[in-house]
Amino acid sequence: MIGYILKRLGLALLVALAVSAIAFFLLRMSGDVAIAIAGEGARQEDIELVRRTYGLDRPLVVQYVEWLWNTLRGDFGTSIYFKTDVATLVFAKLPTTLLLGVLSLGFALLVSIPLGVLAAVYANSWIDRLALAIAVVGQALPNFFFALILVMLFSITLRWLPVSGSKTWANFIMPTIALGYYVAPAFMRLIRAGMIEVLSADYIRTARAKGLPTRKVIFKHALRNAVVPVVALTAVQLGFLLGGSVVIETIFALDGLGYLAYQSITFKDFPVMQVIVLMLSVLYVLLTLAADIANAWLDPRIRVA
Amino acid sequence: MTSEPLSLPAAAEPTAYSRLMRRVLGQKAFVIGIGIVAAIVLIALLAPVLAPHDPYLQNLSARNVPPFWYAKGSWVHPLGTDQLGRDYLSRVIYGARISLLIGISVVIISGLIGTTLGLAAGYFGGKVDMLVTFLVTTRLSMPVILVALAVVAMIGGSLWIVILVLGFLKWDRFAVVMRSATQQVRSLDYVAAAEAAGASTTRIVLGEVLPNIAPHLIVVATLEAASAILLEAALSFLGLGVQPPLPSWGLMISEAKAYMFFSFWLIAIPGTALALLIFAINLAGDGLRDIIAPEGRS
Amino acid sequence: MANSSDIVLEVDGLSVDIRTAGGTLHAVRDISFSVKRGETLCLVGESGCGKSMTSLAIMDLLPKAATKTARRLAFAGEDLSRAGKGRINALRGNSMSMIFQEPMTALNPAYTIGNQLVEAYCLHKKASEVEARERAVFLLGKVGIANAAERLGQYPHQLSGGLRQRVMIAMALMCGPELLIADEPTTALDVTIQAQILRLLADLQRELGIAMVLITHDLGIVARIADRVAVMYAGQIVEEGPTASLFNAPRHPYTQGLIACIPVPGRTEPGGRLGVIPGVVPSLVGEVRGCSFRDRCTKAQQACLDAPPVRETADGHRWRCILENAA
Repeated sequence: MIGYILKRLGLALLVALAVSAIAFFLLRMSGDVAIAIAGEGARQEDIELVRRTYGLDRPLVVQYVEWLWNTLRGDFGTSIYFKTDVATLVFAKLPTTLLLGVLSLGFALLVSIPLGVLAAVYANSWIDRLALAIAVVGQALPNFFFALILVMLFSITLRWLPVSGSKTWANFIMPTIALGYYVAPAFMRLIRAGMIEVLSADYIRTARAKGLPTRKVIFKHALRNAVVPVVALTAVQLGFLLGGSVVIETIFALDGLGYLAYQSITFKDFPVMQVIVLMLSVLYVLLTLAADIANAWLDPRIRVA
Repeated sequence: MTSEPLSLPAAAEPTAYSRLMRRVLGQKAFVIGIGIVAAIVLIALLAPVLAPHDPYLQNLSARNVPPFWYAKGSWVHPLGTDQLGRDYLSRVIYGARISLLIGISVVIISGLIGTTLGLAAGYFGGKVDMLVTFLVTTRLSMPVILVALAVVAMIGGSLWIVILVLGFLKWDRFAVVMRSATQQVRSLDYVAAAEAAGASTTRIVLGEVLPNIAPHLIVVATLEAASAILLEAALSFLGLGVQPPLPSWGLMISEAKAYMFFSFWLIAIPGTALALLIFAINLAGDGLRDIIAPEGRS
Repeated sequence: MANSSDIVLEVDGLSVDIRTAGGTLHAVRDISFSVKRGETLCLVGESGCGKSMTSLAIMDLLPKAATKTARRLAFAGEDLSRAGKGRINALRGNSMSMIFQEPMTALNPAYTIGNQLVEAYCLHKKASEVEARERAVFLLGKVGIANAAERLGQYPHQLSGGLRQRVMIAMALMCGPELLIADEPTTALDVTIQAQILRLLADLQRELGIAMVLITHDLGIVARIADRVAVMYAGQIVEEGPTASLFNAPRHPYTQGLIACIPVPGRTEPGGRLGVIPGVVPSLVGEVRGCSFRDRCTKAQQACLDAPPVRETADGHRWRCILENAA
């Protein structure tokens, strides 16, 4: 088990390194930082001056190594647009995005686990069809469209919730639903399929033969085994959540990393952009790592071996 | 649950073709999905004939005219007009072209990249496999929408840039499916037989492996096309995708956002069109998967 | 002879129907038998003859597509066909328990042996975890597992097939059942292990005075441990009687065929399989008329198109045939 974790950790580090390189070179090669700093329509001399001052005239690889070294030391540079320290900026916004991620994941699981289990236990019944309909609609609705429908319904028509902002918990309700519904269908389908498979397993018959009540057969014996692949999916879905947060936070002006990413992109704020891409990717790598370890721990065949 | 095979009287064997047809038609979802997709493709192809107006023609004296079912609506503009007085029905019809173009082109690019990588990984194994797996892991760790937004913002948005960027970002699932399918097919007897008979690697891959995986690839392609269409819509919605005045559905929603309080239909119409197309593609893709492997719905 | 209060299991007119795409499959057709305290009844027959369906029907574990009907399905005098789900659950795993064919898959991979062993005991006997663990250790020792206390913390995948089946037996005995149904408990095991497990089962049954229904297609097993034997064919019991009587004087042509297939007549080898009787089992989909064995029977005649009569001798040997003795 320890060897397994070390191996996965090594891979995670390599991936993080690769991502940092891609984030750096991709952005550098698709635009000119000097122009971004000097501003659109700046004179050629000013641009050249900026290039020299910021060391942008050096080879890209040198700049990358320097950037990576600084980033590792916690020095993320200065934002071109916000004129502040990127680290301060990013870490101030991170909690909001993490909270949104946890909330929407929780919402998704809260909806998809009971629905998936019910759909499997009562396969081909009306509840199964209802669950399928919810999943199919969730997969077809663009999340930004769904978010606007929520706004129309809860903010404009019913006037229950604030349209945008991030000051109170009420600001998190619609983003949570919009983002959670976006990832819920995949969970529901996986749980339904897993439960159907597990429910026909021999050990479920053994559990029933012991006289255990149906509730215990389903939740102790079946769900525990059906949930193993869900953990792996959770990591993948968290990746979707992080990506989706860019769109959803922007719509609701929720002041998190996603909204900051959108702002930095529209303002061509290179230092911020690079750090956010790197940060979300590293976050994803860490989450998949955690999911892998959780998976190994959940499956005694791997854990004990 | 029966562990004992219970013998049944042998029924008359239907031909392979009629069996396939029955299985296809038995998948109601697939038939409906394919039907809707076909209808949308037809509408996109016949856009010049079907659209009542020029989708780019502005008429500032007839802005935000509501659709026909509102009291103020008229049949001159069945779905009303947008904030620049352009006929909304015509824009929605032409919008189908953009979504379909995105879906198809992105899948062609990402499919080529992904299947090549997956085939190489599955067929050669060893170091090649390790490299491809690493590439896939790295790619998966970067949120597509974020990277696409950043790159499009730097280079400048346009239909072709969006297609290229998404094409180069969305190959991961092709690679994963192709890799495991190739590994499976490789272990089959007839591939070993072809190898033993001295067939060249390329020939085995193209002649034996690819045709066997084709159905799975089509499933992945449909689902990836749907995802690419959604991504383009999201990028355009954020203003960093297809640029005005092109009638992209996502862009139309974005442009109408400021008017949503008064004219929600400006958002609802392209949003519904988008959802319908995605719904139909997913339905067809899921149905296809069930036809290939009829065991489970998921 | 034992009186009627000694009857642990009484099955009267049990039928199991399974809905299939091709129509209703009559897997079990109107079978009746009973098992007394301390008695072992062997249900014998080919794959697909309905043995497993019979056992699942008794335990109310039939798959969803299957339905059962019975004139009477009584456990210790209580008619189970009229009992509710709660009552069935109170009996299952408590006073009637079952051992399954596949020890490799019959244990939940996610929980330890100990966890799975104590579950039923804690539930039915309202016992504490500690008491249940004590009993589990005791029973694991009884089924011949060394270091029983250590085994409790292990997972199924850490145990061999033979050990797992021993665990399954211990699990079935946890609550001290009056009836034990064993559905081909040794088919999935190595031949050497098979003999050990069977001896264990037979010894425990005798020691604890349990009524046991042993389902098998292995006549070698039957000859050694059965008190009585019921031979099933195409969903029906075609012959039933005391072991000695049935082996020495089989009456039904099918039973005669089965016994003739045993390599050394009169002295069966342990682990010997049923031989081959020419022909195939008829389809059980739709109505089956007359004797279901007539297609494969060398003595078939016109009268076999009607349902054969049930004949009986004084020692409780019954068979379904138009002939008094087919030999």
